[in-house]
Amino acid sequence: MKKLFPLLLAIIASSLLAAGWSWAGGGRDYIYIVGSSTVYPFATVVAEEFGRTTRFKTPKIESTGSGGGFKLFSAGPGIDTPDITDASRRIKKSELERCRKNGVGGVVEIKIGYDGIVVANAQKAPRLKLSRKILFLALARNVPSPDGGEHLVPNPYRRWHDIDPGLPDFHIRVLGPPPTSGTRDAFAELVMMAGAESFPWLKSLQHQDKHKFKEIAESLREDGAYIEAGENDNLIVQKLATDMTALGIFGFSYLDQNSDRIQGALIDGVEPSFENIASGRYPVSRPLFFYVKKVHVETIPGLGEYITEFLSDKACGEEGYLADRGLIPMPAAELARYRKTAAELEPELKLQDLE
Amino acid sequence: MNQNSRPQTVSTAAIVAAGLRKRYRAEKRFRRLGIGAVILSLGFLLLLFGNILSQGLPAFRQTEIALEIEFTPRLITADPARGNYRALARQALQRAFPKVRKRRAKKELYRLLSNGAAFELRRMVLADPALVGTDRRCWLPADDLVDNFLKNPESGKKRLSPRQLAWLSQLHNQGRLALRFNRFFFTRGDSRDPEMAGILGALCGSIFTLLVTLALSFPLGIASALYLEEFAGRNAFADFLEVNINNLAAVPSIIFGLLGLAVFINLFGLPRSAPLVGGLALSLMTMPTIIIAGRAALKAVPPSIREAALGIGASKVQTVFHHVLPLALPGMLTGTIIGMARALGETAPLLMIGMVAFIVDIPRSLSAPATVLPVQIYLWADSPERAFVAKTSAAIIVLLAFLILMNAGAVVLRKKFERKW
Repeated sequence: MKKLFPLLLAIIASSLLAAGWSWAGGGRDYIYIVGSSTVYPFATVVAEEFGRTTRFKTPKIESTGSGGGFKLFSAGPGIDTPDITDASRRIKKSELERCRKNGVGGVVEIKIGYDGIVVANAQKAPRLKLSRKILFLALARNVPSPDGGEHLVPNPYRRWHDIDPGLPDFHIRVLGPPPTSGTRDAFAELVMMAGAESFPWLKSLQHQDKHKFKEIAESLREDGAYIEAGENDNLIVQKLATDMTALGIFGFSYLDQNSDRIQGALIDGVEPSFENIASGRYPVSRPLFFYVKKVHVETIPGLGEYITEFLSDKACGEEGYLADRGLIPMPAAELARYRKTAAELEPELKLQDLE
Repeated sequence: MNQNSRPQTVSTAAIVAAGLRKRYRAEKRFRRLGIGAVILSLGFLLLLFGNILSQGLPAFRQTEIALEIEFTPRLITADPARGNYRALARQALQRAFPKVRKRRAKKELYRLLSNGAAFELRRMVLADPALVGTDRRCWLPADDLVDNFLKNPESGKKRLSPRQLAWLSQLHNQGRLALRFNRFFFTRGDSRDPEMAGILGALCGSIFTLLVTLALSFPLGIASALYLEEFAGRNAFADFLEVNINNLAAVPSIIFGLLGLAVFINLFGLPRSAPLVGGLALSLMTMPTIIIAGRAALKAVPPSIREAALGIGASKVQTVFHHVLPLALPGMLTGTIIGMARALGETAPLLMIGMVAFIVDIPRSLSAPATVLPVQIYLWADSPERAFVAKTSAAIIVLLAFLILMNAGAVVLRKKFERKW
């Protein structure tokens, strides 16, 4: 026992000393990135390639979600705040205002490409031909009355067959992301809102009472037809592969990686393929961004080079390695524009850009 | 009751005999229930282990392709750290299949090899610069799709082109395609290429974090337990402390994460994502456990020991440190190991202090960015690439092995120092 105590003391002292010593060096020699879990699989691939092929350290990437990322990013200009935040939606006005208030300085917006959201089922099950209207009718909590009246009724549809006779006769069961997910936000905006707009009287309601319309369009069923499956898209994929009648909602990259087990449903007659999303024909896709803190570009070694790597042809070009991971590249003209923005770090994002 | 209505001649023994069968039955029933509960929980445990092992074991083997690499000086250049190793690997593939000429076909051919192949070649040359200019057969990691095909031929072949399948069968016939021990899994940090992703970074992160936790919570916890049990009298203040410590042990761990974020990072300005801060937050969590277990161990030391020591003239401090503490230490160690095991499996507090991050470089100091094993499991479980499913289970196996090792250590220590009364 007597030997144990000096030993323990030595361990404590040396470990604390080591910590203090290595930390007193100050500064930071690696890039610090936070943000969206949708962009995370792409940003990490670029980071790894960057660390492997340059003399700089591999950036550290925290997956915090878009909102959480902006919160950390806008905390101030200091070296302990992130250099870049990834986002699966555009920055909000309030978030940019917070940057301004905390003295973050110039923020540059860079688009990296597009992500498709797919509705998929098992490879062995029949392929579904859906539309945004059908998805709205299948998943909204309250839907326009089936008798054609201009009022809402609690969703009466139990089977796909009830909505459209052309669809197979099995129970409506859709596994999808929870409300905290950016994918859910995008799905609500791109599918549910568009589906609701296909009813003329709801569309006119949109002009009169925006909030009411949003509430109708974005409230999903809670009677078991829509199943919140958590943030883990792999679990949804595994479940779909064994359950012939269930459908799932997730990002295109998961469909791409599991194309031997699951298939994407056609939406408005368009198949969710790489080409269709890239050309804009597939209706459910959203842009992905990252935001750079301008003052950090000079102080953090490699930050400028990382941005250049991200926008290079070998990464986010049409044949780039990000395309292999399921990122849908931007058209060449748009890419060229963002490349110019990245090189000059101009123009800075202004509040009126977000109107 | 019954015996009152009967004649007085019925003896007590007869009454006991009449109830005996019922009592035996009750006992049997209770035993069966107990055995049933044990079997049920064992069954679930087996199911869990079986599931994890069957999913995770394939990840310990990785498909590799043997290629004749010509370490051309032209491609490696003067500075071997910056040579074009990708071209080196591609050149070798091209030599193995000289008939592949078209651009598309070549691209498909190159895709058989992992991105990590170039990295592996670079490592080899840096380790042994004499390789430059020689020819050598090297086993290089194959792409995760090829790996998936070897492990599940039925579903795996759908994601490879007919051409690629033909090349693979040719390689296989030449004995140049094989499942080999996955050395990358134990020697590398995280990667987005599943075939190159390793557990070492997270393992080092876990070890660093636990070291900090142990270094802080063990001495502080034991000192607190000693003070509370041996020196503090029974007064209102001691009761107040006791209630608080017991409450702290029951606080959800995420709260300690929030506390760590507010105090260590925002107030003290310690770096985010560092094992130092993780260890600090986790030691807040484990300390109450250690204090409670420590006090129980001290209580279990018979008062006669203390009385004997005091009786022959030892001071209070001498009594405690020479006699009571050595006897209580095995119990305290057990409590510490339980606390540490809980800290090892914890993710929630680390979420708040930024240890949920993609970190490729293996951490070398307490303030370098790091993740820990359970966080690595969480991150892999969420990755789109199929091969990460197996990696996730493999990481769970490593975590369990680590845990069993720690518990075994606790048992050995206890057996060595324990004394029965």
